[in-house]
Amino acid sequence: MGPLIPNGFITGDWDFVIAILLGIAFGFILEASGFSSSRNLAGVFYGYNFVVLRVFFTAMIVAMVGLLYFDYFGWLDLSKIFILPTFVWPMIVGGVIMGLGFIVGGFCPGTSFTAIAIGKLDGLVFTIGLYIGIFIFTESFPLFSDFYTSGDMGNPTLMDVTGISAPWIAFAFTFIALAVFWITMLIEKRVRKTTTAYKF
Amino acid sequence: MHSNKLEENKQRYLNPYFGGVLLGLLILLTIFITGRGLGASGSIKSAVVTTTNVIAPTHAQNNDYDKKFISDDHSPMYNWLVFESFGILLGGLLSGILFGRVKKFRIDKGPNITNKSRLIAAVIGGMLFGFGSQFGRGCTSGAALSGTATFAFGGLIVLLAIFGSAFLYAWFFRKLWI
Repeated sequence: MGPLIPNGFITGDWDFVIAILLGIAFGFILEASGFSSSRNLAGVFYGYNFVVLRVFFTAMIVAMVGLLYFDYFGWLDLSKIFILPTFVWPMIVGGVIMGLGFIVGGFCPGTSFTAIAIGKLDGLVFTIGLYIGIFIFTESFPLFSDFYTSGDMGNPTLMDVTGISAPWIAFAFTFIALAVFWITMLIEKRVRKTTTAYKF
Repeated sequence: MHSNKLEENKQRYLNPYFGGVLLGLLILLTIFITGRGLGASGSIKSAVVTTTNVIAPTHAQNNDYDKKFISDDHSPMYNWLVFESFGILLGGLLSGILFGRVKKFRIDKGPNITNKSRLIAAVIGGMLFGFGSQFGRGCTSGAALSGTATFAFGGLIVLLAIFGSAFLYAWFFRKLWI
């Protein structure tokens, strides 16, 4: 049955209405979880607030396990969903640059949009930075067009790469997530005892 | 009086695990409907390509990157992620209104830096994030979260690279935040 749009259950006209509705839900959850504050987000890197890690990992394992159930019940044809392509080297370099952008800027793209929505100027300035950064990328693209497509592996899944089956991969992620939730809870307790300049 | 002030300052957020479950279910719903996950940086890319294409069309059509996103029958802004990102803004506003966080323009920053430093850091951080997201084939939402959730190997690479490297940089940029 699913995915509904690629399988023609919903026609193209509804595409953008659905995009806005799903976007509203996304923005609502991000803001309501505290992602509109750069101080909340940066907290994960200094041990005073692990909200990013909790929301992120919970969402990931819920979606992973959910996909497996949807597949099992025959609701969703997993062969028809989009699998992000893998370009090993540019993805590592891109990730390492994004990591620097995260710690310096205090946001990632989606969270900065929600920050703008509630009146945070740092979120607005970050988003202007995104625009400038992507503009610099597109204009200088000829310089690194070869690097951009290097390490092309096609669209492999974690199952293709490791040879482990999907349920076991989902189980491993769940196990790691639970361990990380417990450890970070202990870290947060210790760090918060000595942090006074931050309102929780 | 004192307790009133504390009450005012206390932010009301969802329990993070509850927020995470909601977000996970939303990703699942999005994949069920559209066949792919959520994203954010793609909309800014559309805006950049559109601007270039409007101001200097020949230049844009000769750029190997821009021209991938330009088509004859519609503007690059007529794109799923652009509409979705507009939704993110609306949804953020809705939540902000509901929880009383929509206020006049203000700046969030660490206790030991000035507003000016915070804004300079924010624009530089944004530039780096935007630049890197093009190499990463997406940002935290599209590549790291939705990518890994759909078991894509590339998603996990981006996830580990973003968070792993940010932990390594954290010590050097601690003045910005603590």
